[in-house]
Amino acid sequence: MMQKVFTRPKSMFPVPTHYCPGCGHGIIHRLLAEVIDELGIIERTVGVAPVGCSVLIYNYINCDMYEAAHGRAPAIATGCKRVHPNLVVFTYQGDGDLASIGTAEIVHAAARGEKITVLFVNNAVYGMTGGQMAPTTILGQKTTTSPYGRAPAREGYPVRIAEMLATLDGAAYIARAAVNNPKNIIRAKKMLRKAFETQIKGLGFSLVEFLSQCPTNWGMSPAEAVKWVEEKMIPYYPLGEFKTPKGEKETAGGV
Amino acid sequence: MGEKVLITGNEAIAEAAIQAGCRFFFGYPITPQNKIPEYMSARMPQVGGCFVQAESELAAIYMVFGAAGAGARVMTSSSSPGISLKMEGISYIAGAELPCVIVNVMRGGPGLGGILPSQSDYFQATKGGGHGDYRLLVLAPSTVQEAADLMMDAFDLADKYRNPVMVLADGYIGQMMEPVEFKKRSSIPPPPKDWAITGAKGRPRNLIKTLYLDPEELEKHNIKLHRKYLEMAKNEVRVENYMTEDAEIVIAAYGTTARITKTAIKILREKGIKAGLIRPITLFPFPYKTFEEAAEKVDNILVVEMNMGQMVEDVKLAVCGKTKVHVDGRSGGMVPSYDEIAAQVEKIVERRL
Amino acid sequence: MGFYEDLIIAGFGGQGILFIGKLLAYAAMKEGRNVTWIPSYGPEMRGGTANCTVVVSDEEIGSPVITNPHSLIVMNNPSLEAFEPRLKTGGLLVVNTSLVTLQPKRDDITIVHVPANKIAIELGNDRAANMVMLGAYLARTKLVAEESILDALEKVLGKGKEELFEVNKAAFEKGTEIGRV
Repeated sequence: MMQKVFTRPKSMFPVPTHYCPGCGHGIIHRLLAEVIDELGIIERTVGVAPVGCSVLIYNYINCDMYEAAHGRAPAIATGCKRVHPNLVVFTYQGDGDLASIGTAEIVHAAARGEKITVLFVNNAVYGMTGGQMAPTTILGQKTTTSPYGRAPAREGYPVRIAEMLATLDGAAYIARAAVNNPKNIIRAKKMLRKAFETQIKGLGFSLVEFLSQCPTNWGMSPAEAVKWVEEKMIPYYPLGEFKTPKGEKETAGGV
Repeated sequence: MGEKVLITGNEAIAEAAIQAGCRFFFGYPITPQNKIPEYMSARMPQVGGCFVQAESELAAIYMVFGAAGAGARVMTSSSSPGISLKMEGISYIAGAELPCVIVNVMRGGPGLGGILPSQSDYFQATKGGGHGDYRLLVLAPSTVQEAADLMMDAFDLADKYRNPVMVLADGYIGQMMEPVEFKKRSSIPPPPKDWAITGAKGRPRNLIKTLYLDPEELEKHNIKLHRKYLEMAKNEVRVENYMTEDAEIVIAAYGTTARITKTAIKILREKGIKAGLIRPITLFPFPYKTFEEAAEKVDNILVVEMNMGQMVEDVKLAVCGKTKVHVDGRSGGMVPSYDEIAAQVEKIVERRL
Repeated sequence: MGFYEDLIIAGFGGQGILFIGKLLAYAAMKEGRNVTWIPSYGPEMRGGTANCTVVVSDEEIGSPVITNPHSLIVMNNPSLEAFEPRLKTGGLLVVNTSLVTLQPKRDDITIVHVPANKIAIELGNDRAANMVMLGAYLARTKLVAEESILDALEKVLGKGKEELFEVNKAAFEKGTEIGRV
C-alpha cells in the first residue's frame, strides 16, 4: 500500500482558491492551516478577514470567522477576544488594509497588548483593486497610481511595519518572513507557530509580516516575482524576529 | 419600588445599560457624553465587565462589531461628530444583523458644530446615515427616567430583531439631573444566539459577513432586512399623546423639546387655546398612524425641533397634505423656549381665525 | 395647581453654584417632589457665568429650561447683569452684596441683600458663602425644610468631613437668619 506523505491540512476546505497563479496567499493560507492543525486549536480559533484579495479566506479555512471592513480587523478582533479570552483570534490583513487605512487600529491593538495574532501580507501593492500604490510599495516601483515609479519627493517612503510595531511595549512577538522559496517558507511557518503560541500563552500581541509575491499586479511571471522579492523587497524589508517575548529564546533564526 | 437617585442622564444611561446586562463598552471621548465612558470605566470592572477606550470612534464601533458578533451585550456612546465617524461600522453591523446599542447625545452641527444641545441628527439616525439600505431602531427619551428605561429596552429590542438600536438623546438629557429609579424587570430570555462567534466546537462554523457579490443574493438579503423593519413598524411604535383629545392644534416634538412644549401647552390652555402634543418615542419606526389620525381632527400641526426642520418631513409624509404642517426650529445649541412656542401657536391659531 | 418653583443660581466658577443647586434638588427629591437640575449648559452657557437651573414641582415637570425664573440667587456682577432682567415680575432676587457692587434696577421684585462672603469669612471659611446664600433663599421660599438641606449636605460631603459640615451648617444657618429678617 502506498503511504500518503502529503495531504491537505484538516483546517482547510477541500476547494480550489480564487488566487492568481504564483500568488503568495495560497502558501500563507496553508501555513496558517498547518499551524492551526499542529496546535490542535481549530475548534477555538476565530479569524477576521478584512477587505483585500484575502477577504474570502473564510471560504478556505474552516473556523468561525468575521468578514471585516477595510482596516478594522484588529478592532473586531479586540471585541471578540475581550468577550472570549479563551478563543484564539487571528486577523489576516494585506498592506493597504493594515499599513494604510488601518494604521490606527493595528498600532493601538499592539499598544494595548491585545492577545491576538496578526498575519500581515506585504506584497507592496493593492491587489484586489488592481495594482495601485501601497504604503509598502518600494522606491522606484511602478504601480497604476505611481506610473513613474515611487519617488520620495512625490510619494514618500515605504513603511516598515514590523520594525515600527516592535517599538511598542504591548507587542510581544514581531517577525518578518518571506514566502518566495522553500527555505523562507519553512522559516515563516516557525514564526507563525511562535506567534500563535505567544497568544495562547497570553503573552501579548503577536504579528508576522509575510513578504509575498503578486505576479499579476507586478506584471511578472511567478518565477520573476519570487526573484523580485529576493532582490528588491528583502533588502528593504529584512527578515527576522524584531521582538520576542521576555524569557523566550529566539528560534526561527536558522533552518 | 426601588430607591430614587439623583443623577445626570449620561450616568442614568450608563447604569441602566449595566443593569440590563451590558458587560462590554467601547468608546471614545467627546463632549457632551463623556460621563458615559467615565462611568463605564469605573463600573465595568466592578461587575466583571470590560471597558476599552478605543483609539477612535471607528475602532470603537468595530470593537462593538466584534463583541456583538461574539454574542455579548455591548454598547458604545458618542456625540454627533463621533457618530458620523461610527456610521461606516453601523452600516456593517446592520448588514451583518448584529444586536448592539448605540447612544448619541446630540450636539449641534454640521462639522465640528458646537457642544450645546441639538436634535440635528434626526435624518442621520432615522434614514440610514451610513451607506446601504438599512434602518436603526431609534428611541428618543425626554426625561432622565425615560432615558434609563429606554436603555434597558434597547438591549432587548436589539436582541429581538438582531439589529442595532440607537438611543437618540439631546445634550440636555445627558447633562440634566433628575431622580431616577432603576426598575427591576421581568427578564425575558433573549433569543438564542446560535449564529454567534464562539469557536466552532461541535457545530458547523459560523460566519459573520456583509459581502454578497451575487446581486440576487444581496437583494434577497436586503429584502430580509426590509421585512424586519416592517415587523418593527408593526410591533414597536411608541408615542405619547398629551392633551390631544380636545386639541384644536397639535404640536409634534420629541426629547427635551417635547417637555418644553408641555409647558407651552399649559400656557396656551390658560389662555383658552386647546393645544396638544404628539411625542414620538420611537423615531424609527415613526408613529405615522398617530399623525394620520390627528390630521383628521386638526387643521394645523406645528413641529418643534432643535434643528431647521427634519422630523417635519415625516410628519408631512404622515398627514399627506390633509392638514397644514408648520415648523419652528432653533439650531446650533439654541433652544426653543415655551414662550416662543406658545407665541408661534397663537400666531397660527389667529391666522385661522 | 400643585406646588411649583423654579430658580436660577449664578456666579463664577468655584463659588459652589452647582453644589447648592444639587443640594436643593437632592433635598426636594427626598421630600418626594419632582425635580430637574441643569448646569451651565445650552444657551445659559453664554455670558461666562457659572449657573444652574432648578425646577421643583409636585406635578410632571415640563420644561427644565426656564426663561423667566421665579427666583434668582446671584453671587457676582455679571450674573446680576445677565439674569436680573429675566426675573419674573414679583420674583425673588437674593444678591450677594459682598461681591455684587452693581445695584439691581428692578422695582417690581423682592430683593434680599446678603453679605455672604463677609459672613463666611467671619465663620472661618470664605468658600461657605454659597451656603449663606442658600440659607437666605430658603428662609424666604421654604422650598424645602432646612433639615432636608442639612441631610443632603451630610450625604453629599460624605464621612470624615465633619469639620467642613459644621462650617457649612453654620453658614447655612446664618443665611436663614438674614433671610428671615
